[in-house]
Amino acid sequence: MALPETEITLRVNGETVRKRVEPRQHLIDFLREGLDLTGSHVGCEHGVCGACTVRVDGRIVRGCLMLAVQADGRSVETIEGVSDSGELADLQHAFHQRNALQCGFCTPGMLLCAGELLATTPAATREQIREHISGNYCRCTGYQAIVDAIETTLASRRANPAGAGT
Amino acid sequence: MKPSAFDYVRPSSVDEAIAHLEQFGDRAKVIAGGQTLMATLNMRLSAPELLVDIGRIPGLSGIEVRGSLVSIGALTTHREIERSALLARHVPLLTQAAPHIAHAAIRNSGTIGGSIAFADPAAEWPACCLALDAVIVIRGAGGERRVPARNYFHNLYETDLSATEIITAIECPITPPARRSVFLELARRQGDYAIVGLALLARIDADKLHEVALAFVGAGPTPMLATTAMTALEGRTPDAETLHAAREALTRDLDPGPDLYTSAATKRHLAGVLLGRAIAQLMSGGDQTHGTA
Repeated sequence: MALPETEITLRVNGETVRKRVEPRQHLIDFLREGLDLTGSHVGCEHGVCGACTVRVDGRIVRGCLMLAVQADGRSVETIEGVSDSGELADLQHAFHQRNALQCGFCTPGMLLCAGELLATTPAATREQIREHISGNYCRCTGYQAIVDAIETTLASRRANPAGAGT
Repeated sequence: MKPSAFDYVRPSSVDEAIAHLEQFGDRAKVIAGGQTLMATLNMRLSAPELLVDIGRIPGLSGIEVRGSLVSIGALTTHREIERSALLARHVPLLTQAAPHIAHAAIRNSGTIGGSIAFADPAAEWPACCLALDAVIVIRGAGGERRVPARNYFHNLYETDLSATEIITAIECPITPPARRSVFLELARRQGDYAIVGLALLARIDADKLHEVALAFVGAGPTPMLATTAMTALEGRTPDAETLHAAREALTRDLDPGPDLYTSAATKRHLAGVLLGRAIAQLMSGGDQTHGTA
């Protein structure tokens, strides 16, 4: 069977992208291989590990459980775009300060996942932080430091709402 | 792994989608949120020739009250259900169950229609639909039909839905305020596949349980309605004797298989433990507490 291709048009980190893709290609492979946005990682490829977490239309999704063709017409954000915008700069700084990354493989997904909690649940408890990141594996098992970093960022944003992301 | 090659269409109406399914039969697969299907495609457990993406068909999403029921469009995501104030007020069982479904990123994409279509016996919505006596609204070439959830689940991954039909909505009766609901689930880790779980509804009058509905997650080849235990609880004060009788009844109602970590006997035991917890919670008012292992 010949591999059919479909043209898709979408926004990636604010820029319009038009490409032909195979329908079977994952969004994450399209971002990494088609657009060289290798900040998002590929781990388990069946939705368990969370390393491929990206945002589509403002909400986090698994890049391995969505096809590139399904992102046609959507707005996709990756860790590259979010880093450039500075939206999660405070969280990234807290990860650094708290030593919340070791090998760094899970970090881009972990940051985007935590970013959604920062936006939706400003008063999240440690228990809620743990629940929220329960779908993101850290194989270095540095979870305590990751929870610490997210908790620190939540607290500093509550203390200084205007300073979020800076 | 990567999926094998397939062709892809994104119809803009239910009729158009059904026409594709009529043409391809079981060589086509319907994709909506894709949170189950994508994993099976990636592992090549499924290799369709055509993927019919119903994800953008207008009118299949959203939650609205219609008389004595709440209609939930098939494309409504788990996250939308979790956050719906309408459902928190009218069908609180669904609000309680939603946080147990996988993880945030998956709840943002996965849909209730997909969960009912796939009918994983360890999934939350199928058991909720049984307990609530919900109705599955199905469209095919011949038109629309309504199937009570209690007649819909036939066997492991076998349902009343044919390969050429699409679920368009789930209709849940509004739970009256006097009827309390509890959803509890045991998993090895928050959001993991359920070991066992339950959905319980009952009205409490003078310390007695009435209109009891009880369904289990992960306790058989389908979501399981525990009819014998429901009878054992109906009209009774849930004291130690009644609870013992209800747990005994579960040995007839449930048919759990072992999984990688948990034997069938352990699952049966845990189902009884959860029932005790659920009744205690119901008597103390029912609430939004998440069950944790």
